[in-house]
Amino acid sequence: MAITAREKFDNIIEIKNVTKIFDGITAVDNVNLAVRRGEFVTLLGPSGCGKTTLLRMIAGFAMPTSGTIMLEKQDVTTVPPHLRPINTVFQKYALFPHINVYKNIAYGLKLKRVLTGEVDKKGNPIYRKLSKDEIDEKVKRVLKLVNLESYGHRDVTGLSGGQQQRVAIARAIVCEPKVLLLDEPLGALDLKMRKEMQLELAAMHKNIGITFIYVTHDQEEALTMSDKIVVMTDGAVQQYGTPKKIYDEPANAFVADFIGESNILSGVMKSDFLVEFCGTKFKCMDKGFGKDERVDLVVRPEDISIDGKKGALKGEVVSSVFKGTYYEMEILAEDYQFTVQNTVERAVGETVFLSIGPDGIHIMKKLKTVNEFDGVVSSENTVAFCGGEFEFVNFDGLEKGAEVRVKIPFDKVELTDDEKDGAIGANVTQTLYKGSYYQVQVYTDDDTDFFVDTVDEWDMGDRVGINIKPDDITVTLRERADEIAAEENTTEDSADER
Amino acid sequence: MNDSVNVTAVADDGARKKDVKRKMRGIKRSAFAFPYLALSVIFVIVPLFIMLYYAFTDSVTGAFTFDNFKRFTDGWSASLILGKSLLAALVTTVICFLLAYPLALALSSTALNKKFVLVMLFILPMWINSLLRTYAIKIVLSILNVPETGFAIWIRVIMGMVYDFFPFMLLPLYSVLSGMDRSLTEASQDLGASPVQTLFKVTLPLSVPGIVSGVLMVFMPTVSTFAISDILGNTDTYMFGNIINQWFNSSSGWNIGSAYSFILLILIAVTVLIANLITKGKTETGGIL
Repeated sequence: MAITAREKFDNIIEIKNVTKIFDGITAVDNVNLAVRRGEFVTLLGPSGCGKTTLLRMIAGFAMPTSGTIMLEKQDVTTVPPHLRPINTVFQKYALFPHINVYKNIAYGLKLKRVLTGEVDKKGNPIYRKLSKDEIDEKVKRVLKLVNLESYGHRDVTGLSGGQQQRVAIARAIVCEPKVLLLDEPLGALDLKMRKEMQLELAAMHKNIGITFIYVTHDQEEALTMSDKIVVMTDGAVQQYGTPKKIYDEPANAFVADFIGESNILSGVMKSDFLVEFCGTKFKCMDKGFGKDERVDLVVRPEDISIDGKKGALKGEVVSSVFKGTYYEMEILAEDYQFTVQNTVERAVGETVFLSIGPDGIHIMKKLKTVNEFDGVVSSENTVAFCGGEFEFVNFDGLEKGAEVRVKIPFDKVELTDDEKDGAIGANVTQTLYKGSYYQVQVYTDDDTDFFVDTVDEWDMGDRVGINIKPDDITVTLRERADEIAAEENTTEDSADER
Repeated sequence: MNDSVNVTAVADDGARKKDVKRKMRGIKRSAFAFPYLALSVIFVIVPLFIMLYYAFTDSVTGAFTFDNFKRFTDGWSASLILGKSLLAALVTTVICFLLAYPLALALSSTALNKKFVLVMLFILPMWINSLLRTYAIKIVLSILNVPETGFAIWIRVIMGMVYDFFPFMLLPLYSVLSGMDRSLTEASQDLGASPVQTLFKVTLPLSVPGIVSGVLMVFMPTVSTFAISDILGNTDTYMFGNIINQWFNSSSGWNIGSAYSFILLILIAVTVLIANLITKGKTETGGIL
């Protein structure tokens, strides 16, 4: 059946430029999102990425600092939660402990007003309460839907986690909301129960046809259940797409790392459809990158084939673990430890050859390769930024007090074990293995992020010092830097148009 | 066969070891209650029996008698005063509740950094001797020019009692409301209840244990109070506590005073029983009894 234009653009929820700032900390950063009617959309990300805050703003419990939230083309940004046709399944169920299962489910129905179809003298529609029989019928039907038919009279406190979960879902869907929000609803259940509920929820979504917005940090859950996945980190959307698209074509290294097992490497585009990494050129399916542009690339463990005699890369098996239906092996080749999944086991220590087909390599644009900060020239050869002072060369043409843009390439930042050895202190917030080096994200005391490419491994939460050699700091006047950036943007835009 | 015997032997051994360990650790935990137990025997249980003895004996002969209670049932004065005391206590409790509940709601829901300071502001008076506070409010009342005649005298007494016992109402309410799961009120609003509907359908029912504690902690001491009515009121505002006090001040009145105290004790016991019935099965935090 052909999709008509109306159906295609039937967005039930539109989030436009929504930002939420709590006490100076940006929880949600300029998010734009459109959810189509009837879809199962999952907000996926590590804890603290802003997914729950975004959900609470859709429900009405939090108000965006800026931006608008539209429900069926109506601006509902400031509408209180009880007036929104949206219901929520809370993380810890939030069932009312003073009333039984039946009354919990009937709670929303008793408050509901439905159109009678008549209008009063002024032409306003007349609403009425639901009758006792109507409520009873709806509650019984939904109890049956969640397989709790005989539990109506029970106390909610005596129910098991899974049963409470079902009651919470029943209570929310019985109100027939336009959108159902689910805030990590399966987090408190054990693994087996979680798997069952995942399938049940997906089936329920199909049956009742309500739009679901689901929050989770469990990538497997997201991949299993969703029509679309929104991957979030640091309050921003990293990628929005179908589970398959997100798995096969992650937008950047973060998404690739977060979704599924993956080998993330750094490479160079030699030409269209040709990329070089681990000292070898590989055919790939991506084009449109500049010649010799540095890129990130992801290879899924199941896309690497192993052969005893020939292949692109020669490596040695480091370890092998049986995972039920396949073996997961670590194979060291050209200084990179590849994770490989194969049904045939190779002995540890064995020399093997690896090959990767063009469709197994996914190229991603490097987000950034240079740290950029705004700073001030503090004396003849020092510049102050990020709460510290750093020496630099090429002072020519810069006056003391000048506002400048400071650039430091990722691989020129040095981390020190002892905070005192560095010019400024910082905490390691994220590390990502990229082939022969780690990309480490550190958060300085001055609330800025540094990216560091290093061969050393740092653990999350480590306290480190930051040093930068004077030669590696590029300082330009801020006005001049903005001009350059603007020029680059225009050339990029015109390139896009072509 | 042999195996199973061995297993029991091992289990026995384990149990014995555990037993020895428990004894080696020394005293049982319940032993820590002994000091207070001794104290309460001397100052609560024994005096209670002494009171009982006085209540049921004749002041002259020392023989067993119910005559002391006759004073209460003969004529109206004593029972009338008890009725007045109950009414005054009820009014005080209701006023305390109506003042404390909105305040506790506000305190428990604000994200104020100064919450601690605010709470302290209401709790602080509790740390000052109630007699001192009562004299203080007497001065305040005279500054405010509240007359000491007619019905106004009751206003004085009740204001004093509300002021004295307000923290006892606020504390349990604040503790039950601040311990309440925020997501419950959110769930209620999510399901279509306005903030006011949420208050009556979710917040209020769930704070019943706190309400019962607060009511008991204000109602019971106000029924038996005598210092406040003495300092702030006159003979019109005599409470049941004043009468008991009077009997105990006269050398021959101990028996009747004890009998009246016994009546008050029964009343209080009944109140606690009723309160327990109300809170039965409610496991939310904040209840004190």
